[in-house]
Amino acid sequence: MENGNIKIETKNINAFYGEKKVLHNIDLQMEANTVTAFIGPSGCGKSTFLRLLNRMNDYIDGFRKEGDVLINGVDIYSKNTRIEELRKQVGMVFQKPNPFPKTIYENVVYGLRIQGIKDKQKLDAAVENSLKRSALWNEVKDDLQKNALSLSGGQQQRLCIARTLAVEPSIILMDEPASALDPISTAKIEELIYELKQDYTIVIVTHNMHQAGRVSDKTAFFLSGDLVEYNDTKAIFTSPKDQRTENYITGKFG
Amino acid sequence: MSKRSLNNQKDRWFQYFGIFSTLIGLILLALFIFQITRDGIGRIDWDFIVSLPSRFYAKAGILPAWTGTLWIFALTAIIVIPIGVGAGIYLQEYAKKGRLSNILEINIANLAGVPSIIYGIIGLEIFVRVLQMGGSLLAGAFTLALLILPIIIVATREAFKAVPKSIKEASYGLGATKWQTIWYQILPIASANIITGVILALARAIGETAPLIVIGALAYVPFVAKSPMDEFTVLPMQIFNWVSRPQHGFLMNAAAAILVLLVFVFILNGIAVYLRNRSRKKFGL
Repeated sequence: MENGNIKIETKNINAFYGEKKVLHNIDLQMEANTVTAFIGPSGCGKSTFLRLLNRMNDYIDGFRKEGDVLINGVDIYSKNTRIEELRKQVGMVFQKPNPFPKTIYENVVYGLRIQGIKDKQKLDAAVENSLKRSALWNEVKDDLQKNALSLSGGQQQRLCIARTLAVEPSIILMDEPASALDPISTAKIEELIYELKQDYTIVIVTHNMHQAGRVSDKTAFFLSGDLVEYNDTKAIFTSPKDQRTENYITGKFG
Repeated sequence: MSKRSLNNQKDRWFQYFGIFSTLIGLILLALFIFQITRDGIGRIDWDFIVSLPSRFYAKAGILPAWTGTLWIFALTAIIVIPIGVGAGIYLQEYAKKGRLSNILEINIANLAGVPSIIYGIIGLEIFVRVLQMGGSLLAGAFTLALLILPIIIVATREAFKAVPKSIKEASYGLGATKWQTIWYQILPIASANIITGVILALARAIGETAPLIVIGALAYVPFVAKSPMDEFTVLPMQIFNWVSRPQHGFLMNAAAAILVLLVFVFILNGIAVYLRNRSRKKFGL
């Protein structure tokens, strides 16, 4: 692994909710333009870890972390990091589609508007571009002024991805992005992840082992707050080194 | 008797009790409206609305009273909305959760239960005397603003709490600051509920008498207030004054004034219900 290629790096991450320790000494390196999947049973800490990467846990009362998170070699928890700048660089797609109760158009341009961009041409271009990239353009191009809540669940989730792309991040975090969707929508999202990998570094949390197998290059298996195994996805699924990983992926628990 | 049929019976009894309780409230309200209408409707005409008060009940009108109520309504709203909503937003979104904020929260809830006359005493000291507003509309509006401030703070917080966390996270996730998230996402969704709370609180304020008596609102005002520094009366004061007169004619006047006040309050409540329904539909809350 070349060092210049490392996009995200965590060092000795410990995390706590109040007194309860939920992550133990996580060291992980993620390369640029790859898809990394976090798998593991509920409550294993994978979502908490994902949310550390764009400081989404900052708002949770009683949350505390030790250790460093480096993105492009820069400590994102240092005093000099502006959290809003960080989030422009590290976008996030959530488990449940959460479009704003506004038009499709306004959903996509929100991230640009709050940066003070008013140029109509720029905004229009961003809308078309982002919706095309999230494979939603053909379905909604005539209804951009329609309320986003009137879209189907799968369309809403692709809109949320478009909204994230509009800000032009380099990393996209996805927290079980397809778990609330039907199989066809799920397939579309997975296809999309595969496409987006060309230009983005993607980290995806998933419950669905097959999904991890299909979309990711690397897989990290978490259990009770420990990083049990991290390797090429193929290796994890065909020849896991740890007995616990094998038990999990063969469906013995979880 | 089997456990199941016993439970069914309990269920039925509770239903009867519920219907009974609901009916009692409705019947009392209907009786009240019926009686007031019977006594007062005959007195309501254009002259009654646009006349000044008089010591002859047949000539007396409510012009200074209802204009005073409108003044109080508007001034109180102007004072209380920014302060109440601002405090609510601060406590909900910015204040660090801890012992201090808990104490503050309990105190605000308690304030909502303090008898209104106490606010009158505070208003008399602070606004009438120290700030030298006298028995003016402004002093009255500040006093009533104080009275309903806790209600509005609580309503704002509840409205903010009702906005799904996922909306907030989506906004933060796109690089929005806290204020941008509040301004562009939370407030628009919460605003209908906040306005509903504000209107209901204002409806309460314009029905208040006790605090205004304490700060020196007048019972007999033979003029229409032209500025916030003018002395004033309001509908409840006028009603209070009339019902304490011995002549039956003034009782009829009071009933008529009550009808006018009721119309005010019903309109306000109607607007509140309308706004709430509209926002539920629009935002799927």
